[in-house]
Amino acid sequence: MPDIKDFKQKARQLRIDILETIANAGSGHPGGSLSCVEILISLYFYKLRPVPQNPAWADRDRFIMSKGHASAALYTTLASCGYFPKEELRNFRKLGSRLQGHVYAGVPGVEFSTGALGEGLSVANGMALGAKIRKKDFKVYCLLGDGEMQEGQVWEAAMTAAQHKLDNLCAIVDYNGVQQNGPVAQIKNEEPLAGKLRDFGWNTLDINGHDFDDIIKALDLSGKIKDKPTFIAARTIKGKGVSFMEGDPGWHGKAPNGDELSKALEEIKEKI
Amino acid sequence: MKATRDGFGEALLQLGRKNGDIIVLSGDLEDSTRAEYFKKEFPARFFNLGIAEQDIAGTAAGLSKVGLIPFICSFAAFWANAYGVFRVTLCYNNCNVKIAGTHSGISVGPDGATAQALEDFAAMRALPNMSVVCPADAIEAAKATKVIAGIDGPVYLRLGREAVPLVTMEEKPFVFGKADVLKEGDSATIIACGHMVSESLKAAEKLSKAGIRARVVNMHTIKPIDREQIIKAAKETGALVTAEEHQVNGGLGSAVAEVLACECPAPLEMVAVRDKFGESGEGEELLKKYNLKEDDIAEAVKKVILRKK
Repeated sequence: MPDIKDFKQKARQLRIDILETIANAGSGHPGGSLSCVEILISLYFYKLRPVPQNPAWADRDRFIMSKGHASAALYTTLASCGYFPKEELRNFRKLGSRLQGHVYAGVPGVEFSTGALGEGLSVANGMALGAKIRKKDFKVYCLLGDGEMQEGQVWEAAMTAAQHKLDNLCAIVDYNGVQQNGPVAQIKNEEPLAGKLRDFGWNTLDINGHDFDDIIKALDLSGKIKDKPTFIAARTIKGKGVSFMEGDPGWHGKAPNGDELSKALEEIKEKI
Repeated sequence: MKATRDGFGEALLQLGRKNGDIIVLSGDLEDSTRAEYFKKEFPARFFNLGIAEQDIAGTAAGLSKVGLIPFICSFAAFWANAYGVFRVTLCYNNCNVKIAGTHSGISVGPDGATAQALEDFAAMRALPNMSVVCPADAIEAAKATKVIAGIDGPVYLRLGREAVPLVTMEEKPFVFGKADVLKEGDSATIIACGHMVSESLKAAEKLSKAGIRARVVNMHTIKPIDREQIIKAAKETGALVTAEEHQVNGGLGSAVAEVLACECPAPLEMVAVRDKFGESGEGEELLKKYNLKEDDIAEAVKKVILRKK
């Protein structure tokens, strides 16, 4: 079990990095980036076998960020793992930078470019199936947005993963309950989300996506269930950590201005 | 006479015997696409992922990133359902995935408009990193299947359902991106692909009796297109006709027109479907009704020659 106190400190720092990175770019997606911070930290600092010095190692675990708009969260995580220097985050969304607006495979540590929602789970399935064909023991993790679950392809992929018993695959939904134009429940309700996946033949878990104990237990469990893929509905808060962003769809795809950034950082630093 | 899908299916099986990295994914149409030859011999490397074109394309992308070489097989018409996945998952990520689209064109016949892919060249050609190949006969389809397996990146292979005449030579290698001159001539050039190559050869034969020497070029690779061969034809024959089982918008004719307009302007006539959906009927009846027969090509050649300055 990792040092949860250290993980909490990492989460605060990552939230600071995310906000500074987006504010510096002048555009980006803070809401859905702040909501998946604890999930990414648990993956990269606990569960995955990250190899910043050799990102192409054949037996590495794979992570597909299907919610490609939360690029700031992934890039800041990778930078803090040491895949590339943190200063490079200043180039996010800038002309000529490899830190493209949506998750881009040209960035060290990124497995696959995403940004059109609904496409990542199929890719993760392919990698998990490929591991079985190649008789490799690496695991594949995929993070999806809850709004993304409205895409039909996700459900095609859900059937494929169960049919082919991809027990080396774990899909996590950053279930923050808010999409660009309002609450998910009012736009295209997904409840009971874990129940739907259970009916599709998955091993499912419904957890608090900001609680490290919960996330780590769920991730550990995902590797132990035979013949079934694991689905984790990680309940989160959009814009988590910044009171004026929390739960507000207005912060789905908007950068904070100077004042808003100062206020947000102050709030996060107060908690340190 | 033999269908290009048959040449593809046989070559895919041979590829499978040679290369253990070849994986085949099917959209529940392996009997029709001929992927079943591979399935029977290599069941562990074959997956029928059901009727889910987007998921099939995405799964193939994941397999390719583990170093495998997936061929995904369905009807050309149904790949339209997966266009967004082709764009971001396959092309933006430059995945080493081969897409086989069978039952293309209007000649697929009685199934009607929904099964008759007439827009796939336009759609695929527009995607960065995507290559597009359309063999003229079963011999070429077999060779092309093996060649594209060795080309890194996404490739779209357009195949037909109906048996068509064999017009290419077994011994002649398939060179990706290099068109084949099947008949020499200097009065005009017919540039064709797929089934329309054999129609073009028949048209050229007919025209020769009237003293018109039409060159026939088999443009089996639509993208990257053989610019040199098009420019050469424009310079040496001064007039061109394109022939394809595709909409007039965005297909082979458009690709040739782009080269001509920028590099070597020359009169061009296009034999293609005129911005219409197809309908039920026998393949031959439809080719006739939609003006895609040898006589239509011959007429177009006569017309374009009159436009020569």
